[in-house]
Amino acid sequence: MPTVTMNVNGRQRSADIDPRTLLVQFLRENLRLTGTHVGCDTSQCGACVVHIDGEAVKACTTLALSCEGSNVLTIEGLANGNELHPMQEAFREHHGLQCGFCTPGMIMTAVDLVRRKGNNLDEKTIREELEGNLCRCTGYHNIVKAIAAGARNMSSMPQSKAAE
Amino acid sequence: MYAFTHHLASSVDDAVKTLGANGDAKFLAGGQTLLPTMKQRLAAPPHLIDLGKVKELRGIEVQGDKLVIKAMTRHYDVATSDAVKSFQPGLAELAGLIGDPAVRHRGTIGGSIANNDPAADYPAACLALGATIVTNKRRLEAEKFFTGLFSTALEDNEIVTSVEFPKADKFKYMKFRNPASRYAMVGVAVAKKGGEVRVAVTGAGSDGVFRWTAAEEKLTQNFDKRALEGLSIDPGTLNGDIHGSREYRAHLIGVMAKRAVAAA
Amino acid sequence: MGATGIGAAIPRKEDHRFITGKGRYVDDINRPGQAYAYFLRSPHAHAKINRIDTSAAQNAPGVVEVYTGDDIAADKVGGLICGWLIHSKDGSPMNAGPHPALAQGKVRYVGDHVAVVIADTLAQARDAAEKIEVDYEVLPAVIDLANAQSGAQIHDVAPNNVVYDWHLGDKAATDKAFASAKHVTKLQLVNNRLVPNPMEPRAAVGEYEEGTDSLVLYTTSQNPHVARLVLSAFIGLAPEHKFRVIAPDVGGGFGSKIFIYAEETICVWAARKIRRPVKWNCDRTEAFLCDAHGRDHVTHAELATDAEGKITGLRVSTKANLGAYLSTFASSVPTYLYVPLLSGQYNIPAIYGEVMALYTNTAPVDAYRGAGRPEATFVIERIVEMAARELNMDPAEFRRKNFVTQFPHQTPVIMCYDTGDYDASLKKAQEIHDIAGFASRKAKSESQGKLRGLGYSAYIEACGIAPSAAVGSLGAGVGLWESAEVRVNPIGTVEILTGSHSHGQGHETTFAQLVSDRLGIPIDNVSIVHGDTDKVQMGMGTYGSRSGAVGMSAIFKALDKIEVKAKKVAAHVLEASEGDIEFKDGKFAVKGTDKNADWGTIALQAYIAHKFNGQELEPGLKESAFWDPTNFTFPAGVHICELEVDPATGSTTIEKWTAVDDFGNLINPMIVEGQVHGGIAQGVGQALLEGAIYNEDGQLITASFMDYCMPRAHDVPSYQVGMTTTPCPSNPLGIKGCGEAGAIASPPAVINALTNALGHENLQMPATPERVWKAAQGARLRMAAE
Repeated sequence: MPTVTMNVNGRQRSADIDPRTLLVQFLRENLRLTGTHVGCDTSQCGACVVHIDGEAVKACTTLALSCEGSNVLTIEGLANGNELHPMQEAFREHHGLQCGFCTPGMIMTAVDLVRRKGNNLDEKTIREELEGNLCRCTGYHNIVKAIAAGARNMSSMPQSKAAE
Repeated sequence: MYAFTHHLASSVDDAVKTLGANGDAKFLAGGQTLLPTMKQRLAAPPHLIDLGKVKELRGIEVQGDKLVIKAMTRHYDVATSDAVKSFQPGLAELAGLIGDPAVRHRGTIGGSIANNDPAADYPAACLALGATIVTNKRRLEAEKFFTGLFSTALEDNEIVTSVEFPKADKFKYMKFRNPASRYAMVGVAVAKKGGEVRVAVTGAGSDGVFRWTAAEEKLTQNFDKRALEGLSIDPGTLNGDIHGSREYRAHLIGVMAKRAVAAA
Repeated sequence: MGATGIGAAIPRKEDHRFITGKGRYVDDINRPGQAYAYFLRSPHAHAKINRIDTSAAQNAPGVVEVYTGDDIAADKVGGLICGWLIHSKDGSPMNAGPHPALAQGKVRYVGDHVAVVIADTLAQARDAAEKIEVDYEVLPAVIDLANAQSGAQIHDVAPNNVVYDWHLGDKAATDKAFASAKHVTKLQLVNNRLVPNPMEPRAAVGEYEEGTDSLVLYTTSQNPHVARLVLSAFIGLAPEHKFRVIAPDVGGGFGSKIFIYAEETICVWAARKIRRPVKWNCDRTEAFLCDAHGRDHVTHAELATDAEGKITGLRVSTKANLGAYLSTFASSVPTYLYVPLLSGQYNIPAIYGEVMALYTNTAPVDAYRGAGRPEATFVIERIVEMAARELNMDPAEFRRKNFVTQFPHQTPVIMCYDTGDYDASLKKAQEIHDIAGFASRKAKSESQGKLRGLGYSAYIEACGIAPSAAVGSLGAGVGLWESAEVRVNPIGTVEILTGSHSHGQGHETTFAQLVSDRLGIPIDNVSIVHGDTDKVQMGMGTYGSRSGAVGMSAIFKALDKIEVKAKKVAAHVLEASEGDIEFKDGKFAVKGTDKNADWGTIALQAYIAHKFNGQELEPGLKESAFWDPTNFTFPAGVHICELEVDPATGSTTIEKWTAVDDFGNLINPMIVEGQVHGGIAQGVGQALLEGAIYNEDGQLITASFMDYCMPRAHDVPSYQVGMTTTPCPSNPLGIKGCGEAGAIASPPAVINALTNALGHENLQMPATPERVWKAAQGARLRMAAE
């Protein structure tokens, strides 16, 4: 079996894997980072969104072997120790989650959205940018509110952290 | 997925060589269509040649009056590229309408056109703009490249290396999404270069992307949405499914074409 | 109200683990030595199985075992059950065909379970499943309700594929009302078939503990005790005391995780066979094929009105598709959860409803968010809207004229509405929505070539699915109370063990708010334990918007007992008589003195038992209670949908949504509003986007998110949510229930708005762009003429 090595949440991780291992399987099964979820087979629900080299991708539609040498950030690596990332805090504050299953993907997508579109996000932009993330519980109302608030609060973060 | 052997290509030559040695191999570009297909066991390539680390296949360049987008350039890169935005803003917009933000971070132009999904967006742009598809072997006009549903003129041991877009005076793509999949149920690209107008339609044709020559003739005479009034397309040449009948798609092609012309 | 007590909109206690990726769902659980199950499913909608050859699969790499229906028959594994017995008009019991966990001799829908392969890895199990050879003799498939009675017979016990032919109400009185009606409004509708699609697919890990000869099942369940009861008492896998069912964090349910399915059954059965844990995780397409679907009615309804515009009668005839097998509560949904709600918020003297339930070669249909009540609300709110239009009355005024205003109100179809103020919700909704501004908003839309419409839905629902004796008399196989245990620890922290299950509803917060409020202790000192049959005494679980009204009432009742006991302890500690002890804000005080002791002191004293005689007063502080209410609860409200249609494409954009609900008293308004938001989105999904479609061969065309359209963020607007309050008299907290209201209220609001925009009633759900485009053709002509 081939070996893959990547940096996950700041730690160098390596494993021998079946080539068909998806990034999400590598994270969940090899590394036991079970915060990244699988909610569909067709790359649409977004429960599996993580960052590769700072950009949001669907970990269910990426081979682990394709991530050789990459930097991967998952929901488990987003907080700064015990200090929640402003986007995590905003989801809690604004009740942007119910069952919690889509939440890691939503938060990772939202952080990426701020990277691309800045800290002042209007409702229309947020809704359009959530194209690739499904939630069945919240009706999106509070997710939209949370992302707008989280984006604003991210402006006071140190630049290096915000970029992650 | 069925089991396969993974080859991480280091260069175009390396990729082609690996393909030569494994005739039943498939290239893995961004994987945004291929991987879901493999996950559902609808494709079973025994070898995958991963192009993700081939640096020479990435990049966007304006070369005089043409825009060159290398095959492994991602939709996100095209959508946000200043070079594309100033050369042909409608093309950047089109790239920004493909899939969703996360998909655009992986999906590539080469992967999209080599797959030639009948509901993909890029093929419409290639046809409307008269793009040239460059491979490791030759240069092909877009019209000769796209040969039908999920099929292209690509031969064995051939790989798309870049797509060259000539500059058009006006270019606009209007997409009516399939409500579920978000692919194009109908996408119409309209390009005007000098006196020539091209209209390409994706998402609807029963044989994949096609040019709507009747509309081109009308618009060549008068580049105005009113020129398309009364013009209709034969639903018999279109694809119908649970999301939209042929008749509805035929109607939408007219609406999207008019809107594209108005916004171009 | 304290900062964290009843009525406080505080953030949720459970959120921290979810936002940091530390939730623990079933698929996150891995047991040492586990093997993986993969189910071979029927590719045919209806076929005889002549032969299954598993030998090649059996010998494939990594395969532990391959099982078929013969194996479960040999082990005498019981079939899956339907726990609600319905009797037909003629008094005969419903025709329930056998429902084996693995097919025996016949498959009845695409996705039906033919065999299971258990292997060291999932990939190996899936690879091996392709090596199983099945000799099918394909039979004609029955897909449409319209042809179900004349199609091939699916179950031997059910001639003409009829499960039951049931009715409720006074037919003669209703016919009389129609005979003397001034006006009759007629409505023919399809209530589209939906797939619940919680974001977490179902999953299971079965485990056998050889030392104790007992079973453990980790499962995505809304009601682990019910699962254990069924798997134990009916399917017969192990007695309950040797069977532990754990439903940890569950990623949404919406009804689909109430039921006891084949896959979970097989995992835990097979774990004992192979002496290894067996894990199964559903992929999304399997979920589409095999999770119980919802709705799927064809209905003809008629509404009689008199010369004054008063409703005098309602007659409804429905065909309900129950799929290929009767799922766990399938039979109750189109009967007692449906017809008794047809009276809506209206005073209707005569109602008659008849329902024919039919088998088809499609996935089983059972409860999905609202279960019967959305179907009823769609009938009554569409036909009331149409009647108003036909009578040239304002739809809001027509409703107002017919509202029930005196409570209690006995409807002609079982329900006795306990309390409500329907006009208050309507008024408030109209204010919030700015109804007065609609005309100018419509004019603006029209100036831009768009159609604009506004639609009301004044819904009522019945929550709690209790009292037990009442549901028992209607055919329920179980009692529908709820239980709670309050464990006070010696240092005064509290654990609440509840039979309710939280899979997104926020019980860990809401329930803790009640306890914090009642005992005067910090909310962080309260933990809510649920979802484990070894920890929680008993429970009926979460569905029917019952966890607040029934589940919390059980906690309330147990807290009453705690208070009584704690006062006895306090009396000894404070050397006063029990009757003089007052308990308030976490302090026990002796009436008229300054003598007092705090909560923690009394908790500790209860356990060290130094200050009282252990023979007269038992040490410890732990009480339990079962709560069985006296009535259903009746949340009600008014939703207003305002939308715009692009007649050129048929695209519909919801521009404005107002919801005013009366849920009785609220514990955490933030969580309640969140429930409303989510319900509305699902209802909008039903109205505009979602529909499960089988082709004539019984293949599910919409078997992934590529073809089944889920609501996305840009499909819905921000919602304006308001509340009115009439406390519920049938439980101590005055709670009514809020979990399903949005999904119940919203579909008719959307369709009423769309038909208002289009100017005619000819539009079925889901109102997809193509359907709306076609329906808009007439409207465009009308606009042009105007």
